Amino acid sequence: MVETSALAAAMTPLWLSLKVAFFATILSAIFGVALGLYLARSRHRARNILDTLCTLPMVLPPTVLGYYLLVLFGSQGLLGQWLDAAFGVNLVFSLKGAIVAAAIVSFPLVFKPARAAFESVDPRLEQAGRVLGVSEAGVIVRISLPLAWRGIMSGVTLGFVRALGEFGATLMIAGSIPGKTQTLSIAIYEAVQAGRDADAHVMALLISCACIVMLLLATWLTPAAHRKGEAHER
Amino acid sequence: MRRLKGVAALLLACAAGSVSAQPITVSAASSLGDAFRELAARFEEAHPDSRIQLNIGGSGLLLQQIQRGAPVDVFASADEFTMSQAQASDSVSGEVRYFAANTLVFIQPLGATPQLNSILALRDAGLRRIALGNPESVPAGRYAKSALEAAGLWTALADSLIPAQNVRQVLDYVARGEVQAGFVYATDAAQMSNRVRVAAPVSVGRPIRYPIAVLNRGKDKPSAQDFVDYVLSEDGQRILAVHGFLAAE
Repeated sequence: MVETSALAAAMTPLWLSLKVAFFATILSAIFGVALGLYLARSRHRARNILDTLCTLPMVLPPTVLGYYLLVLFGSQGLLGQWLDAAFGVNLVFSLKGAIVAAAIVSFPLVFKPARAAFESVDPRLEQAGRVLGVSEAGVIVRISLPLAWRGIMSGVTLGFVRALGEFGATLMIAGSIPGKTQTLSIAIYEAVQAGRDADAHVMALLISCACIVMLLLATWLTPAAHRKGEAHER
Repeated sequence: MRRLKGVAALLLACAAGSVSAQPITVSAASSLGDAFRELAARFEEAHPDSRIQLNIGGSGLLLQQIQRGAPVDVFASADEFTMSQAQASDSVSGEVRYFAANTLVFIQPLGATPQLNSILALRDAGLRRIALGNPESVPAGRYAKSALEAAGLWTALADSLIPAQNVRQVLDYVARGEVQAGFVYATDAAQMSNRVRVAAPVSVGRPIRYPIAVLNRGKDKPSAQDFVDYVLSEDGQRILAVHGFLAAE
Protein backbone atom coordinates (compact mmCIF):
# COMPACT_ATOMS: atom_id res chain seq x y z
CA MET A 1 0.00 0.00 0.00
CA VAL A 2 2.78 2.45 0.83
CA GLU A 3 5.74 2.61 -1.54
CA THR A 4 9.06 2.90 0.26
CA SER A 5 10.47 5.35 -2.30
CA ALA A 6 7.46 7.59 -1.85
CA LEU A 7 7.95 7.38 1.92
CA ALA A 8 11.63 8.32 1.56
CA ALA A 9 10.69 11.26 -0.67
CA ALA A 10 8.24 12.46 1.98
CA MET A 11 10.85 12.71 4.72
CA THR A 12 12.43 16.04 3.74
CA PRO A 13 9.09 17.87 3.33
CA LEU A 14 7.88 16.32 6.60
CA TRP A 15 11.00 17.52 8.41
CA LEU A 16 10.55 21.04 6.98
CA SER A 17 6.88 21.08 8.02
CA LEU A 18 7.79 20.01 11.56
CA LYS A 19 10.53 22.64 11.80
CA VAL A 20 8.21 25.38 10.57
CA ALA A 21 5.35 24.29 12.84
CA PHE A 22 7.65 24.08 15.88
CA PHE A 23 9.15 27.56 15.56
CA ALA A 24 5.88 29.10 14.40
CA THR A 25 4.08 27.68 17.44
CA ILE A 26 6.71 29.09 19.79
CA LEU A 27 6.18 32.53 18.25
CA SER A 28 2.39 32.35 18.28
CA ALA A 29 2.38 30.90 21.81
CA ILE A 30 4.41 33.80 23.19
CA PHE A 31 2.24 36.44 21.54
CA GLY A 32 -1.01 34.49 21.91
CA VAL A 33 -0.63 33.96 25.66
CA ALA A 34 0.58 37.52 26.24
CA LEU A 35 -2.28 39.09 24.32
CA GLY A 36 -4.78 36.58 25.74
CA LEU A 37 -3.76 37.60 29.26
CA TYR A 38 -3.87 41.30 28.41
CA LEU A 39 -7.32 41.15 26.83
CA ALA A 40 -8.71 38.87 29.54
CA ARG A 41 -7.94 41.51 32.14
CA SER A 42 -8.35 44.65 30.10
CA ARG A 43 -11.29 46.96 30.69
CA HIS A 44 -10.17 49.23 27.88
CA ARG A 45 -12.86 50.35 25.47
CA ALA A 46 -10.79 49.35 22.45
CA ARG A 47 -10.46 45.72 23.54
CA ASN A 48 -13.07 44.49 21.09
CA ILE A 49 -11.19 46.09 18.21
CA LEU A 50 -7.96 44.50 19.39
CA ASP A 51 -9.71 41.15 19.75
CA THR A 52 -11.01 41.44 16.20
CA LEU A 53 -7.54 42.21 14.88
CA CYS A 54 -6.15 39.22 16.73
CA THR A 55 -8.81 36.94 15.27
CA LEU A 56 -8.46 38.31 11.75
CA PRO A 57 -5.74 35.92 10.46
CA MET A 58 -8.09 33.04 11.17
CA VAL A 59 -10.77 34.29 8.82
CA LEU A 60 -8.82 36.16 6.18
CA PRO A 61 -8.19 34.12 3.02
CA PRO A 62 -4.63 32.77 3.14
CA THR A 63 -3.92 34.44 -0.19
CA VAL A 64 -4.72 37.82 1.33
CA LEU A 65 -2.28 37.13 4.17
CA GLY A 66 0.29 35.92 1.65
CA TYR A 67 -0.20 39.04 -0.44
CA TYR A 68 0.23 41.40 2.51
CA LEU A 69 3.30 39.48 3.67
CA LEU A 70 4.79 39.77 0.21
CA VAL A 71 4.03 43.48 -0.01
CA LEU A 72 5.40 44.20 3.49
CA PHE A 73 8.36 41.85 3.62
CA GLY A 74 9.27 41.62 -0.07
CA SER A 75 12.39 43.26 -1.39
CA GLN A 76 10.34 46.38 -2.23
CA GLY A 77 8.47 46.33 1.07
CA LEU A 78 9.17 48.67 3.99
CA LEU A 79 9.66 45.92 6.57
CA GLY A 80 11.54 43.76 4.10
CA GLN A 81 14.06 46.46 3.35
CA TRP A 82 14.48 47.23 7.05
CA LEU A 83 15.03 43.58 7.97
CA ASP A 84 17.58 43.26 5.22
CA ALA A 85 19.44 46.42 6.23
CA ALA A 86 19.34 45.81 9.99
CA PHE A 87 19.75 42.04 10.25
CA GLY A 88 20.55 40.82 6.75
CA VAL A 89 17.37 38.75 6.92
CA ASN A 90 15.14 38.14 3.93
CA LEU A 91 11.81 36.41 4.45
CA VAL A 92 10.96 35.77 0.80
CA PHE A 93 11.96 32.29 -0.44
CA SER A 94 13.30 31.34 2.98
CA LEU A 95 12.17 29.06 5.80
CA LYS A 96 11.99 32.14 8.05
CA GLY A 97 9.23 33.45 5.78
CA ALA A 98 7.39 30.15 6.09
CA ILE A 99 7.71 30.34 9.88
CA VAL A 100 6.34 33.91 9.99
CA ALA A 101 3.42 32.99 7.72
CA ALA A 102 2.60 29.91 9.81
CA ALA A 103 2.93 31.89 13.06
CA ILE A 104 0.45 34.51 11.85
CA VAL A 105 -2.18 31.97 10.80
CA SER A 106 -1.83 29.90 13.98
CA PHE A 107 -1.81 32.92 16.32
CA PRO A 108 -5.62 33.28 16.62
CA LEU A 109 -5.91 29.59 17.48
CA VAL A 110 -3.62 30.11 20.47
CA PHE A 111 -4.94 33.54 21.41
CA LYS A 112 -8.64 32.72 21.68
CA PRO A 113 -8.42 29.67 23.97
CA ALA A 114 -5.73 31.44 26.01
CA ARG A 115 -7.96 34.43 26.54
CA ALA A 116 -10.90 32.18 27.47
CA ALA A 117 -8.69 30.22 29.84
CA PHE A 118 -7.47 33.35 31.63
CA GLU A 119 -11.03 34.66 31.84
CA SER A 120 -12.13 31.44 33.52
CA VAL A 121 -9.59 31.77 36.32
CA ASP A 122 -11.39 32.73 39.52
CA PRO A 123 -10.33 36.34 40.17
CA ARG A 124 -10.70 35.79 43.89
CA LEU A 125 -7.73 33.44 43.79
CA GLU A 126 -5.65 36.13 42.09
CA GLN A 127 -6.88 38.67 44.64
CA ALA A 128 -5.94 36.32 47.47
CA GLY A 129 -2.43 36.18 46.07
CA ARG A 130 -2.14 39.96 45.93
CA VAL A 131 -3.47 40.29 49.47
CA LEU A 132 -0.81 37.82 50.62
CA GLY A 133 1.89 40.04 49.13
CA VAL A 134 2.67 38.29 45.84
CA SER A 135 3.80 40.69 43.10
CA GLU A 136 1.73 41.09 39.96
CA ALA A 137 4.24 39.08 37.97
CA GLY A 138 4.12 36.42 40.65
CA VAL A 139 0.32 36.33 40.48
CA ILE A 140 0.52 35.72 36.75
CA VAL A 141 3.21 33.04 36.93
CA ARG A 142 2.11 31.24 40.10
CA ILE A 143 -1.67 31.59 40.01
CA SER A 144 -3.12 32.58 36.62
CA LEU A 145 -0.87 30.55 34.33
CA PRO A 146 -1.09 27.23 36.19
CA LEU A 147 -4.88 27.52 36.36
CA ALA A 148 -5.18 28.48 32.69
CA TRP A 149 -2.59 25.91 31.62
CA ARG A 150 -4.86 23.26 30.06
CA GLY A 151 -6.80 25.79 28.01
CA ILE A 152 -3.58 27.40 26.81
CA MET A 153 -2.06 24.04 25.87
CA SER A 154 -5.20 23.09 23.98
CA GLY A 155 -4.85 26.30 21.96
CA VAL A 156 -1.13 25.74 21.43
CA THR A 157 -1.84 22.24 20.10
CA LEU A 158 -4.44 23.60 17.68
CA GLY A 159 -1.99 26.30 16.63
CA PHE A 160 0.65 23.66 15.96
CA VAL A 161 -1.70 21.66 13.75
CA ARG A 162 -2.65 24.77 11.82
CA ALA A 163 0.99 25.74 11.35
CA LEU A 164 1.74 22.19 10.18
CA GLY A 165 -0.86 22.42 7.44
CA GLU A 166 -0.23 26.01 6.33
CA PHE A 167 -0.20 26.28 2.55
CA GLY A 168 -1.49 29.43 0.82
CA ALA A 169 0.39 32.20 2.60
CA THR A 170 3.53 30.04 2.84
CA LEU A 171 3.51 29.32 -0.89
CA MET A 172 3.27 33.01 -1.69
CA ILE A 173 6.05 34.25 0.54
CA ALA A 174 8.39 31.27 0.85
CA GLY A 175 7.82 29.66 -2.53
CA SER A 176 8.11 25.96 -3.24
CA ILE A 177 11.83 25.20 -3.23
CA PRO A 178 12.49 21.49 -2.71
CA GLY A 179 14.69 20.91 0.32
CA LYS A 180 14.46 24.52 1.47
CA THR A 181 10.85 25.67 1.74
CA GLN A 182 8.78 22.90 0.21
CA THR A 183 6.77 21.83 3.24
CA LEU A 184 4.54 18.75 3.22
CA SER A 185 1.33 20.51 2.18
CA ILE A 186 3.13 22.27 -0.68
CA ALA A 187 4.86 19.04 -1.68
CA ILE A 188 1.47 17.33 -1.95
CA TYR A 189 0.26 20.09 -4.26
CA GLU A 190 3.39 19.78 -6.43
CA ALA A 191 3.09 15.99 -6.55
CA VAL A 192 -0.52 16.24 -7.72
CA GLN A 193 0.42 18.80 -10.40
CA ALA A 194 3.19 16.56 -11.65
CA GLY A 195 1.03 13.43 -11.66
CA ARG A 196 3.06 11.72 -8.92
CA ASP A 197 0.11 10.04 -7.26
CA ALA A 198 2.04 7.60 -5.05
CA ASP A 199 4.03 10.47 -3.50
CA ALA A 200 0.90 12.57 -2.97
CA HIS A 201 -0.90 9.61 -1.38
CA VAL A 202 1.85 8.86 1.14
CA MET A 203 2.33 12.51 2.12
CA ALA A 204 -1.40 13.07 2.52
CA LEU A 205 -1.62 10.00 4.79
CA LEU A 206 1.31 11.23 6.88
CA ILE A 207 -0.10 14.66 7.48
CA SER A 208 -3.63 13.34 8.09
CA CYS A 209 -2.35 10.99 10.79
CA ALA A 210 -0.36 13.79 12.40
CA CYS A 211 -3.41 16.08 12.42
CA ILE A 212 -5.69 13.39 13.90
CA VAL A 213 -3.24 12.66 16.72
CA MET A 214 -2.79 16.35 17.53
CA LEU A 215 -6.54 17.03 17.46
CA LEU A 216 -7.17 14.16 19.87
CA LEU A 217 -4.52 15.67 22.13
CA ALA A 218 -6.13 19.10 21.90
CA THR A 219 -9.55 17.70 22.79
CA TRP A 220 -8.13 15.78 25.74
CA LEU A 221 -6.45 18.93 27.01
CA THR A 222 -9.53 21.16 26.71
CA PRO A 223 -10.92 21.75 30.18
CA ALA A 224 -14.37 20.18 30.44
CA ALA A 225 -17.25 22.62 31.12
CA HIS A 226 -18.06 21.18 34.51
CA ARG A 227 -14.55 21.84 35.71
CA LYS A 228 -15.01 25.58 35.40
CA GLY A 229 -14.79 27.27 38.79
CA GLU A 230 -12.92 24.44 40.52
CA ALA A 231 -9.67 25.57 42.03
CA HIS A 232 -7.89 22.24 41.56
CA GLU A 233 -8.20 19.39 39.11
CA ARG A 234 -7.49 15.80 40.03
CA MET B 1 -48.27 28.19 -0.11
CA ARG B 2 -47.50 31.47 -1.89
CA ARG B 3 -43.86 31.23 -0.77
CA LEU B 4 -43.63 27.71 -2.20
CA LYS B 5 -44.98 28.89 -5.54
CA GLY B 6 -42.46 31.74 -5.55
CA VAL B 7 -39.55 29.36 -4.92
CA ALA B 8 -40.79 26.98 -7.61
CA ALA B 9 -41.01 29.85 -10.10
CA LEU B 10 -37.48 30.97 -9.23
CA LEU B 11 -36.08 27.46 -9.70
CA LEU B 12 -37.88 27.07 -13.02
CA ALA B 13 -36.47 30.38 -14.22
CA CYS B 14 -32.94 29.31 -13.27
CA ALA B 15 -33.35 25.98 -15.03
CA ALA B 16 -34.71 27.64 -18.16
CA GLY B 17 -31.83 30.10 -18.13
CA SER B 18 -29.20 27.40 -17.96
CA VAL B 19 -30.57 25.28 -20.80
CA SER B 20 -30.17 27.91 -23.50
CA ALA B 21 -26.34 28.19 -23.58
CA GLN B 22 -24.18 25.17 -22.76
CA PRO B 23 -20.80 26.68 -21.98
CA ILE B 24 -17.65 25.36 -23.63
CA THR B 25 -14.90 24.94 -21.07
CA VAL B 26 -11.48 25.78 -22.46
CA SER B 27 -8.35 25.01 -20.44
CA ALA B 28 -5.43 27.13 -21.68
CA ALA B 29 -1.85 27.55 -20.52
CA SER B 30 -0.91 30.60 -18.43
CA SER B 31 0.99 32.29 -21.25
CA LEU B 32 -2.16 32.16 -23.41
CA GLY B 33 -4.35 33.90 -20.83
CA ASP B 34 -4.61 37.37 -22.35
CA ALA B 35 -4.86 36.15 -25.94
CA PHE B 36 -7.53 33.59 -25.12
CA ARG B 37 -9.62 36.08 -23.17
CA GLU B 38 -9.80 38.15 -26.33
CA LEU B 39 -10.38 35.11 -28.55
CA ALA B 40 -13.23 34.01 -26.29
CA ALA B 41 -14.82 37.46 -26.34
CA ARG B 42 -14.65 37.71 -30.17
CA PHE B 43 -15.96 34.15 -30.55
CA GLU B 44 -18.95 34.89 -28.32
CA GLU B 45 -19.68 38.02 -30.34
CA ALA B 46 -19.69 36.00 -33.55
CA HIS B 47 -21.66 33.12 -32.00
CA PRO B 48 -24.28 34.68 -29.69
CA ASP B 49 -25.58 31.27 -28.58
CA SER B 50 -22.19 30.12 -27.33
CA ARG B 51 -20.50 30.82 -24.03
CA ILE B 52 -16.81 30.14 -23.33
CA GLN B 53 -15.58 29.38 -19.84
CA LEU B 54 -11.84 29.91 -19.61
CA ASN B 55 -9.68 27.95 -17.20
CA ILE B 56 -6.12 29.35 -17.23
CA GLY B 57 -3.24 27.71 -15.41
CA GLY B 58 0.05 25.84 -15.64
CA SER B 59 -0.19 23.17 -18.34
CA GLY B 60 0.73 20.39 -15.91
CA LEU B 61 -2.03 21.37 -13.50
CA LEU B 62 -4.57 21.59 -16.35
CA LEU B 63 -3.50 18.13 -17.53
CA GLN B 64 -4.06 16.66 -14.07
CA GLN B 65 -7.54 18.19 -13.92
CA ILE B 66 -8.37 16.67 -17.32
CA GLN B 67 -6.96 13.26 -16.45
CA ARG B 68 -9.01 13.19 -13.29
CA GLY B 69 -12.21 13.80 -15.22
CA ALA B 70 -12.66 17.57 -15.14
CA PRO B 71 -15.37 18.56 -17.65
CA VAL B 72 -13.06 20.32 -20.09
CA ASP B 73 -13.99 20.56 -23.79
CA VAL B 74 -10.91 22.15 -25.35
CA PHE B 75 -7.27 22.00 -24.20
CA ALA B 76 -4.53 24.37 -25.36
CA SER B 77 -1.19 23.55 -23.73
CA ALA B 78 2.16 25.30 -23.92
CA ASP B 79 4.10 22.30 -25.14
CA GLU B 80 3.72 19.10 -27.11
CA PHE B 81 4.81 16.95 -24.15
CA THR B 82 1.75 17.88 -22.08
CA MET B 83 -0.61 17.32 -25.02
CA SER B 84 0.96 13.93 -25.78
CA GLN B 85 0.37 12.95 -22.14
CA ALA B 86 -3.27 13.93 -22.61
CA GLN B 87 -3.39 11.78 -25.74
CA ALA B 88 -1.75 8.87 -23.93
CA SER B 89 -4.49 8.94 -21.32
CA ASP B 90 -7.18 8.83 -24.02
CA SER B 91 -8.54 12.24 -23.21
CA VAL B 92 -8.20 13.68 -26.68
CA SER B 93 -10.77 13.12 -29.41
CA GLY B 94 -9.83 13.98 -32.97
CA GLU B 95 -6.65 15.59 -34.12
CA VAL B 96 -4.17 17.89 -32.44
CA ARG B 97 -3.38 21.10 -34.34
CA TYR B 98 -0.64 23.66 -33.71
CA PHE B 99 -1.99 27.18 -33.55
CA ALA B 100 0.83 29.39 -32.30
CA ALA B 101 4.54 29.54 -31.55
CA ASN B 102 6.64 31.46 -29.04
CA THR B 103 10.23 32.08 -28.02
CA LEU B 104 11.83 31.76 -24.61
CA VAL B 105 13.64 34.74 -23.16
CA PHE B 106 15.67 35.41 -20.08
CA ILE B 107 14.63 38.54 -18.21
CA GLN B 108 15.88 40.75 -15.40
CA PRO B 109 14.08 43.36 -13.32
CA LEU B 110 14.18 46.72 -15.04
CA GLY B 111 17.09 48.74 -13.73
CA ALA B 112 18.87 45.75 -12.20
CA THR B 113 22.62 45.66 -12.39
CA PRO B 114 24.72 44.05 -13.68
CA GLN B 115 22.92 43.84 -16.99
CA LEU B 116 23.47 40.40 -18.46
CA ASN B 117 23.42 39.79 -22.18
CA SER B 118 23.36 36.04 -22.56
CA ILE B 119 22.59 33.04 -20.40
CA LEU B 120 26.26 32.08 -20.46
CA ALA B 121 26.87 35.19 -18.37
CA LEU B 122 24.90 33.46 -15.57
CA ARG B 123 27.85 31.20 -14.86
CA ASP B 124 29.97 33.95 -13.39
CA ALA B 125 27.30 36.49 -12.45
CA GLY B 126 26.85 34.98 -9.00
CA LEU B 127 23.10 35.48 -8.95
CA ARG B 128 21.43 34.02 -5.86
CA ARG B 129 17.89 33.79 -7.22
CA ILE B 130 16.88 32.74 -10.71
CA ALA B 131 13.23 31.85 -11.30
CA LEU B 132 11.87 29.34 -13.78
CA GLY B 133 8.71 27.30 -14.03
CA ASN B 134 8.82 23.98 -12.17
CA PRO B 135 10.12 21.64 -14.92
CA GLU B 136 7.91 18.85 -13.61
CA SER B 137 4.70 20.60 -14.54
CA VAL B 138 5.43 23.85 -16.38
CA PRO B 139 6.46 23.75 -20.08
CA ALA B 140 8.36 27.04 -19.85
CA GLY B 141 10.38 25.48 -17.03
CA ARG B 142 11.14 22.40 -19.13
CA TYR B 143 12.36 24.60 -21.97
CA ALA B 144 14.50 26.65 -19.57
CA LYS B 145 15.95 23.50 -18.02
CA SER B 146 16.91 22.06 -21.41
CA ALA B 147 18.54 25.36 -22.39
CA LEU B 148 20.52 25.47 -19.14
CA GLU B 149 21.54 21.83 -19.51
CA ALA B 150 22.68 22.48 -23.07
CA ALA B 151 24.80 25.39 -21.80
CA GLY B 152 26.24 23.20 -19.04
CA LEU B 153 24.76 25.45 -16.34
CA TRP B 154 22.02 23.30 -14.83
CA THR B 155 24.03 21.74 -11.98
CA ALA B 156 26.17 24.85 -11.50
CA LEU B 157 23.10 27.00 -10.83
CA ALA B 158 21.06 24.36 -8.96
CA ASP B 159 21.23 26.15 -5.61
CA SER B 160 20.06 29.45 -7.06
CA LEU B 161 17.01 28.19 -8.92
CA ILE B 162 13.56 29.13 -7.61
CA PRO B 163 10.82 26.96 -9.17
CA ALA B 164 7.46 28.66 -9.78
CA GLN B 165 3.94 27.32 -10.30
CA ASN B 166 3.55 28.74 -13.81
CA VAL B 167 5.29 31.09 -16.20
CA ARG B 168 3.28 34.12 -15.06
CA GLN B 169 4.49 33.62 -11.51
CA VAL B 170 8.06 33.72 -12.81
CA LEU B 171 7.21 37.01 -14.51
CA ASP B 172 5.72 38.34 -11.28
CA TYR B 173 8.77 37.35 -9.23
CA VAL B 174 11.05 39.23 -11.63
CA ALA B 175 8.75 42.26 -11.87
CA ARG B 176 8.67 42.51 -8.07
CA GLY B 177 12.42 42.19 -7.83
CA GLU B 178 12.16 39.12 -5.60
CA VAL B 179 14.46 37.25 -7.99
CA GLN B 180 17.36 38.59 -10.04
CA ALA B 181 16.50 36.81 -13.28
CA GLY B 182 13.88 34.53 -14.77
CA PHE B 183 12.88 32.51 -17.83
CA VAL B 184 9.58 33.42 -19.49
CA TYR B 185 8.13 33.53 -22.99
CA ALA B 186 8.69 36.62 -25.10
CA THR B 187 4.93 37.25 -25.02
CA ASP B 188 4.93 37.31 -21.20
CA ALA B 189 7.89 39.69 -21.03
CA ALA B 190 6.06 42.04 -23.38
CA GLN B 191 3.13 42.19 -20.92
CA MET B 192 5.35 43.84 -18.31
CA SER B 193 7.83 45.72 -20.43
CA ASN B 194 7.70 48.59 -17.93
CA ARG B 195 9.02 46.41 -15.10
CA VAL B 196 11.23 43.78 -16.72
CA ARG B 197 14.01 43.91 -19.24
CA VAL B 198 14.65 41.17 -21.79
CA ALA B 199 18.30 40.27 -21.28
CA ALA B 200 18.60 37.71 -24.07
CA PRO B 201 16.61 35.28 -26.19
CA VAL B 202 17.14 31.66 -25.19
CA SER B 203 17.45 28.97 -27.80
CA VAL B 204 15.88 25.69 -26.73
CA GLY B 205 16.92 23.67 -29.75
CA ARG B 206 13.39 23.06 -31.05
CA PRO B 207 10.46 25.30 -31.92
CA ILE B 208 8.10 26.17 -29.07
CA ARG B 209 4.71 25.29 -30.52
CA TYR B 210 1.31 25.40 -28.82
CA PRO B 211 -1.07 22.49 -29.58
CA ILE B 212 -4.84 22.69 -29.29
CA ALA B 213 -7.37 19.85 -29.35
CA VAL B 214 -11.00 19.02 -28.64
CA LEU B 215 -11.21 16.63 -25.71
CA ASN B 216 -13.42 13.56 -25.50
CA ARG B 217 -15.99 15.29 -23.39
CA GLY B 218 -16.31 18.05 -25.95
CA LYS B 219 -16.61 15.92 -29.05
CA ASP B 220 -20.42 16.02 -29.05
CA LYS B 221 -20.44 19.76 -28.74
CA PRO B 222 -20.22 21.19 -32.26
CA SER B 223 -19.29 24.57 -30.77
CA ALA B 224 -16.16 23.09 -29.18
CA GLN B 225 -14.80 22.28 -32.66
CA ASP B 226 -16.05 25.71 -33.83
CA PHE B 227 -13.89 27.38 -31.20
CA VAL B 228 -10.80 25.42 -32.24
CA ASP B 229 -11.53 26.33 -35.88
CA TYR B 230 -11.85 29.97 -34.84
CA VAL B 231 -8.46 29.93 -33.11
CA LEU B 232 -6.94 28.50 -36.31
CA SER B 233 -8.79 30.92 -38.59
CA GLU B 234 -7.38 34.15 -40.02
CA ASP B 235 -9.20 36.20 -37.38
CA GLY B 236 -7.94 34.04 -34.55
CA GLN B 237 -4.39 34.03 -35.87
CA ARG B 238 -4.49 37.81 -36.19
CA ILE B 239 -5.53 38.17 -32.53
CA LEU B 240 -2.70 35.85 -31.48
CA ALA B 241 -0.22 37.87 -33.54
CA VAL B 242 -1.36 41.08 -31.86
CA HIS B 243 -0.52 39.44 -28.53
CA GLY B 244 2.96 38.65 -29.76
CA PHE B 245 2.61 35.01 -30.75
CA LEU B 246 4.33 33.69 -33.85
CA ALA B 247 2.73 31.51 -36.52
CA ALA B 248 2.90 27.81 -35.74
CA GLU B 249 4.68 26.82 -38.96
